[in-house]
Order: sequence, then structure tokens, then C-alpha cells
Amino acid sequence: MIPASFDYEVADSAAHALALLAEHGEDAKLLAGGHSLLPMMKVRLAQPAVLIDIARVSELSGIAIDGDEVVIGATTRHADVASSELLKAEAPILAYAAEQVGDPQIRHRGTIGGSLAHADPSADLPMTLLALGAAIEISGPAGTRTVAADDFFTGPFESVLGPDELLTAVRVPRGGPGSPGGTVPWGYQKFVRRANDWAIVGAAAYGGRVALASMGGTPLRALATEAALKSGASIDEAARLAAAGTSPGYDFHADADYREHLARVLVRRALEGKAG
Amino acid sequence: MTEIKLTVNAVIRSDEVEPRLLLIHYLRDSLGLRAANVGCDTTSCGACTVLLDGESVKSCTVLAVQANGRSVTTAEGLVAGDGTMSAVQQAFRENHGLQCGFCTPGMVMAATSLLAENPHPTEQQVREGLEGNFCRCTGYHNIVRSVLAAADKLSGAEVPDSGVPNSGVPNSGVPNSGVTA
Amino acid sequence: MSILGTRVLRTEDPGFLSTGGVYADDVQDERLAGACYVHFVRSTVAHAKINGIDASAALDAPGVLAVYTAEDLAGAGLKPVPPMMPNMNQAMKQPLLASGIVRFAGEPVAAVVTQEMYQGEDAIELVDVDYDILPAVATVRQALTGERGLLFPEAETNVVCTFGDASASNRDLFDGCEVTVSAVIQNQRVAPAPMESRAGAAVWGEDGRLTAWIPNQGAQGTKGALVGMLGLKPEDVRIITPDVGGAFGAKFGADAEHAVTCWVARRLGRPARWSETRNENLLVMPHGRAQEQKITIGGTKDGTILAYRLEITQDCGAYPKAGAFLPSLTILMTPGPYRIPRAEAWSTSVVTNTTPVGAYRGAGRPEAAAAIDRAVDLFADAAGVDPADVRRKNLLGKFTEPHTTAFGAKYDSGDYAAALEKALAAAGYPGLLAEQAKRRADGGTLQLGIGLSSYVEITGPGGEAGGPNENGTVEVHPDGTATVLTGTSPHGQGHQTVWAMLVSDELGIPIEKITVKWGDTDLIPKGGGTGGSRSLQLGGAAVQQASRELLDVARERAAETLEVAAADLEFDTGKSAFSVKGDPDASVPLSALAESERLFVRSVFTAPGPTFPFGTHVAVVEVDTETGKVYLRRMVTVDDAGTVMNPLLAEGQRHGGIAQGAAQAFLEEVVYDDDGNPLTATFADYPFLSATEVPSFELVGMETPTSYNPLGAKGIGEAGSIGATPAVQNAVIDAVSHLGVTHIDMPTSPQRVWRAIQAANGSKGA
Repeated sequence: MIPASFDYEVADSAAHALALLAEHGEDAKLLAGGHSLLPMMKVRLAQPAVLIDIARVSELSGIAIDGDEVVIGATTRHADVASSELLKAEAPILAYAAEQVGDPQIRHRGTIGGSLAHADPSADLPMTLLALGAAIEISGPAGTRTVAADDFFTGPFESVLGPDELLTAVRVPRGGPGSPGGTVPWGYQKFVRRANDWAIVGAAAYGGRVALASMGGTPLRALATEAALKSGASIDEAARLAAAGTSPGYDFHADADYREHLARVLVRRALEGKAG
Repeated sequence: MTEIKLTVNAVIRSDEVEPRLLLIHYLRDSLGLRAANVGCDTTSCGACTVLLDGESVKSCTVLAVQANGRSVTTAEGLVAGDGTMSAVQQAFRENHGLQCGFCTPGMVMAATSLLAENPHPTEQQVREGLEGNFCRCTGYHNIVRSVLAAADKLSGAEVPDSGVPNSGVPNSGVPNSGVTA
Repeated sequence: MSILGTRVLRTEDPGFLSTGGVYADDVQDERLAGACYVHFVRSTVAHAKINGIDASAALDAPGVLAVYTAEDLAGAGLKPVPPMMPNMNQAMKQPLLASGIVRFAGEPVAAVVTQEMYQGEDAIELVDVDYDILPAVATVRQALTGERGLLFPEAETNVVCTFGDASASNRDLFDGCEVTVSAVIQNQRVAPAPMESRAGAAVWGEDGRLTAWIPNQGAQGTKGALVGMLGLKPEDVRIITPDVGGAFGAKFGADAEHAVTCWVARRLGRPARWSETRNENLLVMPHGRAQEQKITIGGTKDGTILAYRLEITQDCGAYPKAGAFLPSLTILMTPGPYRIPRAEAWSTSVVTNTTPVGAYRGAGRPEAAAAIDRAVDLFADAAGVDPADVRRKNLLGKFTEPHTTAFGAKYDSGDYAAALEKALAAAGYPGLLAEQAKRRADGGTLQLGIGLSSYVEITGPGGEAGGPNENGTVEVHPDGTATVLTGTSPHGQGHQTVWAMLVSDELGIPIEKITVKWGDTDLIPKGGGTGGSRSLQLGGAAVQQASRELLDVARERAAETLEVAAADLEFDTGKSAFSVKGDPDASVPLSALAESERLFVRSVFTAPGPTFPFGTHVAVVEVDTETGKVYLRRMVTVDDAGTVMNPLLAEGQRHGGIAQGAAQAFLEEVVYDDDGNPLTATFADYPFLSATEVPSFELVGMETPTSYNPLGAKGIGEAGSIGATPAVQNAVIDAVSHLGVTHIDMPTSPQRVWRAIQAANGSKGA
């Protein structure tokens, strides 16, 4: 319940954070809200020698429109994403998804960047950003790069983020009631046994893109469903293909076949525009 | 060791702490503010909930160093200088919203934050708003009633700051079983 | 007007709400200054030989004062603890620290002592234990067949004890039954999980006495346990009970860790503190329930029950504790509130390589109610009779004189049919049935289920010769205040308020001026603690009795003072004073009678026997038939525990019990894999009930007094948890019964429900 000892540094800018990362190398982890990292450290699954606190780097926080995208700073908290009038108007699925993360206390601390960097295949935001086709901005010693959500997650709790890199922002397309193109139809389903659990299976639909949580080592696109929809299949028909290409695990909550069944049901409901 | 300076229940505190010191332990062991409790080790139960800059957080998953320069309010800090409890605390009393009391300070802080953000919650919103706070004794029924009663009371008045300034008198560490020595 | 029966706010609350309760971890006694911290190295496997324990790295770590193992304890003369009852296999002893072998994941193997708390978790990681893994007996089936071996080779069996006699079974029990149904059902293992985990603090004085602050449900029992475990003299031990953050049956007596902490304090000559993590708590605090039940029920097609058989296999976990004995209570309550001409029951308790099983809210009686009420519904379903009608047909008629069942339970008073009708009426049963029919006809995804449970349970039992009893002491002080000493041990129930109400009602002293004390064995050497819902009917009655006896003593003094005969005096509770009849000015306040000589009485109240509260629960659920998810929408309950002293608190007890009972039915479960590895040992994994999973409850009042105590009160603490479980389980099954489902084991998790629907494969009778 107590983390192993570590040293603590406070970054006062993104550049400073990068410099500290370069200095400490693989022994260092970034700390924003700490609500993915600290729980792991408390059970000693993670034992970084140095924590670099970026929570006060103001340039990393904030929500703003930039052309046909909305840019969300990495250290923007879930509570702020969830309550953002701007996001409700421009990317309502994201505001909705952020509201589903954990509980109110967790949402007051956890950040979008932290959630992405943690890369939990069962989590709300990775799945949602995959459905949105979001772009993730990363800074490193070599400069900045942008990675599509499709390419960002590489395995359970693994991403393309290097140990010397800083996730700085997330870009999502504008597609809400206030956006120039109007609302892109969306739906969201998170199946749990109990309120603040991680999803046994999750499904997010945004336009023609469908993403799943807890159906493999990373959040996954339901590509067969998407293809079926493109070729004119009904929602029902397309949803029946939701589990294709997935590799759900099993635990005491759910066997693999039950997860596949849930995926089909939840994808159908998400495509029907239901949020629940 | 790292130096921190923060406001706790409106009193400025300066300390040197291990970076890994959890805020809950700083509050309880360094400052003697023992109302908040440790109930789990997976950020699930909320018994440790306090307010950080007015918003509910689970202090078991906040490092004391992360609270540097910030303001923390605990259940002790909701009590006015003259001993009057906050509207939320009083509502819990009037509606039997506690039994063993272990989850209660955290529950009160979560409810205080909830009402600050949503002054007129429905029952469902109260239940969802408290999903991060576990209780084993009450079945949540009277906790929900307490929060709704507090909402009623508060909506008739100015919405107060989530933390009435007070010296945060720590509990005396004497068991409540009436036994003294 | 009497204060009894009114909604008095708790005097405990202002402290709890502002500075917080003072639980074991909060205690700041000067005697504990400089305390060291005890942490435990625990087995990570279910069953293994210990080849060696290497503590060298830990001993070198910062702040480590010592590392102790079973060898050290044995060297100090401490012995393993034998099972608590003589009929349990006495070879199945539990060492305080694992000795040569570990028998469940989480068993303490070594104690590491550090200067500071944070150093402890660092240090336990450095202790290296070399295990030779053994096959794990993971299920009761494996325990019975012996296919995975024996936990205690010396015992030559995995059977702890049995109750009842399977060999005496009547083969013809179900003769004449037109409808007979049989099923093997699970009353699954759950975790009590009070919000306060286990903890303790201990210090030895210069006088050689041990003072220990240990959260408990009865300090006297805790003292007795420590005396036994540590081989101490009773006069050398003092237990002080801090505020206790919930217990639910799991904090009786003392655990190995408490004993070791006390021993460490003596060994090192300094105070010692221990506090477990939630993970340790879910691994090691005794679990609840864990009964496998074979139920067979038979009767006639019109819904009359003729026969019932209950066969129990009790999983005790690795070391026999209260869990081994609880089936005897289950058997005692076999028929519940029903009239069943022929019934029999027996049980076998076995050890497995899992956490030991103990008492958990209801302790043996929820298991009985869950079995009979599931059987009743299975029977109703097979006979094609509405479950409410089957209950109407078969409930025992109202009785005010004790009714003894074939199982030897002497029910004191009961009106089961009235409880059923009240609950059905409050739930709007016909309307619910109509709604259910409509949804079935519409064939929608979200179907409605209605589940019933009619239960009776036993409270305030006591094995004492002479009958269940409790002591209470009341003292009036010259300044007008009063002190009450009680042998009960509240941990959220509000005895401080209610005992003060009882005394106030008798003596006219305002409750704010009454201090209630409990839980210090120096102050109150004898007491039965709080459990089995005994406190009000025994402890409250004792306090009331002591007050009345105190008035008798006071009356004699008043008579002397006022120079009249005692018979000429009357006591005015409004003034808390005696006055001469007809001459109100000739009076003396009660408190004045304490001036020259202490005015106190210690009284023991003995009841003729245990009492039997009862009720009916109606649960309404919605089931998403596509996913199997269950939504609990309504809980309507009648819980009749006789006369209610404080409705506010009684309701709270019912709420809490209902929530825990419901949680067992559809949500909570302790899960092990086939190697005995625990899968639900954190609050993230264990599906602990949160506020969103339950609705507000609808409580219906009903009070059928008992004649067993002057209060007319039975025990309310566990009733809610007894009725709720079968009601919710029955409701879930009812929601999908039209699809052909007849049974779903608890918890009715989404996957279980979904699989049941798949297996049933279509609509009944279609």
C-alpha cells in the first residue's frame, strides 16, 4: 500500500520535463494526476526511481478549437474534459467517455494524457480516442511527432511512447452539435458489474468507426463491422461481426465467448446511438 | 526529502516529507487529522476522501508533495470555529447517515464536493456521485437521504465555501468507548 | 411520554462526523509512544511445504528491529491453536505463524518489526521464503474425495466435523409427493469486508500486564482468546476496545496477528502496532457462507409441501473456525417459517486450502433461509403454483405461545402470514405480476422478476446454563449524571444512544447526561459482546433491569431521607425525583441519594431462550436478457423483530442487512482458481456493493413482541441479510423463468444469467 522510495522532481515546462527525462532515463516516470501510476506503485508493480511531476506545466493543459479539430492538453483532467461545454458542443462522445472514468474523485485527478500513456486496453479513453480517430502529439529529444490513435497502442499497457518522450496533446475531430459539419452520430457502451469497475467489454461508435475495450491486448477497431456498414449492411448485421479479429481474454467475470457476445450486443447498441 | 508548504483547513503548514509519503498519512500522522481513514489499497473505497482546492480526491492516491502549494480541507475543517457542523455533516446526523463511522468523513467530503458541483442532484446522481465511496453498514439508503436533505437545506441558502476555516482540531486519540485511562 | 420508540438522533454522531471515530489506528495513548510496527510476510501459494525462510536481507534493511518465525514462537512456548469446539477434528490446529507448511494463500509466515510504518512494507519484500508447492485442495468436492490430498495428514481426513446423521436418512421421505424437485445449489463464499480492516496496538506495563487495543465484537472474548493463544494469566491482560469500523461477525475473539503483535511487544520491550492492508483483509479475515447445499422438496400438485431434505457441505477453509460449526445453526433453522411434515438435514464440514471461514452477518441462518426459499420456489415452479400462494399455503399459522419445530428450535412468537401479506401489499404484487406479463408478451429485452422470501431466524442464542444473559451496570452520580456499563460491544449499532434511552426512560435523566461504557475488560470483566443480534434483547434488557433495581435501592434511601415508608413514595421520571404521595413538596432528587453512598446496581438479565424475528422480503429486478445484467429496482421488506426502541436505528440496521443480503445474491463472491489462488483479494476485484447497485429500500413496519424480555424486543441486526438474499436470487430467476430457466446460482452475475438463458434455450411450454 506504500510505494517503494523514489526521488521527486517538479517540471516547470514541457522542455524542462524532457530534459529531466533525458537526465534520468528509463528510471523515471512522468506524474500528472498519478491515478494510473500511483495505484501501480502502491502495489509495487511499478517502482520508478524518479517521478517527474508535470501537473503544473500550464502549457500542457487546456481545451481549444484549432481549425477542424479540438486540441486537448495532456494534463487536462477527466473532470474538465467531462464538463467542458466546448467538448459537449464539438466532441460529445469524448465528454461522455471522460465522465465514465472511475468515480468523481478519480476524475478530479486523472488526465487524458495519463490515461493514454497507461494504455489500459480496458479503459474508456483509449477506446474512445480510437473511435474518434484521434491524433496524439508527442514531444521528444528529436522533436515533436504526431501518432494516429490507430498506431499508438502496441500491447497491454504499452504504447509507442518512448521513455524519453512526453505526450503533450490529443487532437480530435470536431463533430458535435456546435461543429461546422454538425453532429457525427455516436454511441457509447460500457458493460460493468459494478459502478466504478473497468469495462468487462466496452464499445464506442463514432460515425463509421467502431472501437472496443477489453477485447484484446489493446483497444481494437471492429474492422469487420466497419466494413459491413460501409458496404450497406444494417446495424444488426454489421454488429454481428463485432468480435471478428478480436482476442478477448477470460477472467472470473467473463469467459472469452461471453465477451464476444457482449461485443456484438454493445456494438449494436452503440451504433444505435445509445449511451450507457 | 522534499519541502512542502500547503494550507490545511485554512492553516498554513510547512514540512519536509519523503516523496512517497501519501497525503492521507501526512494528514493523519504528521498533522494529527485522523478523521479520514485508509480503507483499501486500490483507490476504490473513498474512506480517505478530502478536498484538494475544493474538489474531492482520494488522499491515498495523492502524494503529499503533489499537494504543495495547494489547499486541503478535511472533515475536521468543515466544522466552524464555534463548533457548528456544516450542513452536510448535520444532514448526516439528522438522517442517520452513519453507523460505524469509518467511511463517514470520506463520504461527507465526497458529498460536499458533489453538492458544490451539482447543487440539485437527483437520487440517481447522488448514487453515481458516491460510487467512489464504499459503505458496509448503511446500505447507502440513509447516506443518500442525508445528501438530498443537505442539498435541500443548502439550496435555500448561499452555497458555502467547501471548507469553513477552522483550526482543524485533531481528535484526541481517546477511544469513544467512554474509557479514559 | 416515553422516549422509547422514538427517533432519537445518535449521541455518538457529532464526534464521528467532525473529528472522526477513534479506531485502532487512531489511538494515541501515551503508553504507545515509540511503538514499533509489525508487518507480516504471507504465503503467496495455497499449499506448500516451507523449506526455509531467509530473513538476512530484511534484517539489514533500514529500521528493521527483528524478524520472527514459527520457530521463535515455539521457542517461547507458544502452541498452535486447536479448533474451538471439541467435536471438531483436534488435529487441525492453527499455528500463529506457519510452521513448516502453509495451507492458504495469505497465511502469515513471518513477522517483520520496524521502527517506522513505511519501512515495514519495504522489509517484508526482502524476506525470502522457499516453498515446495503441494497440490491444493481447492473445492469441497476435492476435500471429500481426497484426490488432492489431506491438509492435515495426522487427521487422516479432510472432514472437520459433522452435524445430523446422514445414515439415519429416511429413504421414504418423499413418498406420496406428486411433485418432487432436487437441486445442488451454492451459498457462495463472500467477504465480510468491514470498512475498517484488522489492526491492533499492544504494550506491556512495568507491572507485567498487557494492555491491548484491538477492534472486536466483545472485549471479554478477545481477552480470552489472547490468554489462550499466548498462555497468559487472565489477570495480566487488559483489552480496551477502540471504535470499531464494522465487524459483521468477523471480529470476534482475536486472530494470530493480534497475538503475535502482543508477543512482539513483550519480546522487544516496547509497544507494537499492527495494521493490515485491504488486500490482507480480503485474504485473511475469515470469509462467510461457503456452503454447498443439496435441496430436495416434495409435495402435492396444489402446492402443499410434504417433505424437505437439506444436505450441507460446509467449506471451512484451511483451519476450522466458526464456519465449521455454523451448519448446526443452518440445520436448526431447516424448515424456516414453513409447516413441513417431514424434514431432515445433515452437514459435513471440510477443510480446503483457502481462507478460513467464520461468522458473517446471519452466520448459518441466511444459508438455511436461502435453501428453503429456493426450494419453495423450485417447488412452486414445478407444481405450477404462484410462489406467493405456496407460501400462503405452507407458512405456520400465527402463534403467541412458543412453537417448537422438529429440529428443536423453540420459536417464541410469530405471525408469518401477516408479514407475507403486508410485504406483498406494499410491493403491489398483483400490479407487478401484470407488468411482468405485459413485458413477456411484448418480448422486450428488459424483463421483470419478482422474488419472495419468507424467513424466520434465531437471535440472542446463548450456550450458558440458565439461558442467554447479559450484564448491565447503572450508576447515578450526585451531579445528576449517570454512567452505564454494558457487556455488549457496539460497532455502529448505536448502543450508546439506546442504552441511554432505556436508562433515561426509567430514571428521568436526560440522555446527554448519561455516559455508556463498554469494551474495557478491567472495567467490565464479563460480557457476551455483540453478535447474533443479541444486544438489545439481552444487554438492553439488562440495563433497563439495572435501572429498575437501582430505583428500588434509591427508594429505600429516599424513604429514610424523607422519613416515610417506601410504599408512600412515588417516582416522577419527569423530575427524576421521589416524592411523598400526596405531598409533592416532600421530595428528594435521585442524584441526591448518591451523595453519601455510591448509588449503583449491577444486574444480569437472563432470557428464557433465544428469540425468532421473522419477515418477508419482496425483491423486484430487471434483467437485460441480452447481456444477463441484473438491475435491482425495489426491495420491499417486512422485518419483524418485536418492539422497536428507536425506529431510526432499527431502520438503519435493516438497510445495512438488506444491502449485504442482496449483494450476495447478485454481486459479491470470493473466487479462487483451481490451484487455490485468490482472484478477488482487492476492492478493485472483489465486487463490493456500491451505492449505484441498490435502490432505496421500502421498509414496512411490523412489531410482534416477544414475551422473553420486558422490552418485547427480538434481534434486528441480521434479519435484513437473511431475507434479502433468497428474495433477490428468486427474483432474478423469475425474470427469465419464462425462457425456461429454473435456477441460477449466486451471485447471479451477468455471465451466469446469460449462460442460464442460453442453456434453457427458449420459452417454457412453447
